[in-house]
Amino acid sequence: MSADPHAQHGHNEIEMPHASMRDYVIGFVLSVILTAIPFWLVMTMPLSAGATGAIIMGFAVVQIVVHMIFFLHMTPKAEGGWSLTSLVFTVIVVGIMLAGSLWVMHHLNTNMMPMPHEPTSQVL
Amino acid sequence: MSAKTITADEAVQFYDLDEHAHPEGHSTMLGFWIYLMSDCLIFAILFACYAVLGGSYAAGPAPKDLFDLKLIALNTAMLLFSSITYGFAVLQMQQGRVKGVQLWLAVTGLFGLAFLGIELYEFHHLIEIGAGPQRSAFLSSFFTLVGTHGLHVTFGIVWLVTLMVQLSKHGLIAANKRRVMCLSMFWHFLDVVWIGVFTFVYLMGVLR
Repeated sequence: MSADPHAQHGHNEIEMPHASMRDYVIGFVLSVILTAIPFWLVMTMPLSAGATGAIIMGFAVVQIVVHMIFFLHMTPKAEGGWSLTSLVFTVIVVGIMLAGSLWVMHHLNTNMMPMPHEPTSQVL
Repeated sequence: MSAKTITADEAVQFYDLDEHAHPEGHSTMLGFWIYLMSDCLIFAILFACYAVLGGSYAAGPAPKDLFDLKLIALNTAMLLFSSITYGFAVLQMQQGRVKGVQLWLAVTGLFGLAFLGIELYEFHHLIEIGAGPQRSAFLSSFFTLVGTHGLHVTFGIVWLVTLMVQLSKHGLIAANKRRVMCLSMFWHFLDVVWIGVFTFVYLMGVLR
């Protein structure tokens, strides 16, 4: 925060994230790599299904972070930290919602009587 | 914090009663970001739905039988290209070249249209072979999730065209710069959601 809190209201320019060619090119190259490897892994299947699944989920998380940094210009300082705060809040809510839904519905499914016309392998 | 020291003859002020200049749109970027976060929650709910229902095929087709990964890879490439071309539009805007912004926005729009075209072709194909949204819970949740993303891209393109008209009428005024940055966030955000879709729905679906 600046020494005088009123100073930032004086000018009429709106604070906008500064983008650079370097950022976009790095982001794009990383995204292409992080997209191509999962597709290649699943299309040619050099590994077991379980390992492939874990790896592609990991790649997705990394790619989301790459997009956030290089394309959405997220920094801890953007908008005085409020962008990051709202993002962290959203990620927590999304995490609770996804994990909770899966957990509850998994237990609901396993506790259900299997339907006569439905093989149990198809119940999630 | 204010570092101003108060001298004895100056009255102590506890409240800030002065009016400050609030430049138009100074909080738009943060507000739009918060809108995107709420949009993120919509997608999270749809992802949760798909995660729960994605294995309920009702003795119908499974992802393995339906998804053509080559088509999805092509689709992903379209969206990735549109992301970097939008980046070029932002860079042109920073250099104050309105024609360059228009050009790269148009290229971005074309990639977006290509993405939508491929997606509509896929949906049409699925419905044609009897794997429409009413076939099973898996397909209902699939069409809802992927369709919602496609709808976002559609509205992104509508916005893009509107923005191009505004740019040609008013040039690179402050309001238009702000709009370009907001659409930039929207467009890159849709790309982030698509990472989740192609990984979780398509790639994991084929693995399952």
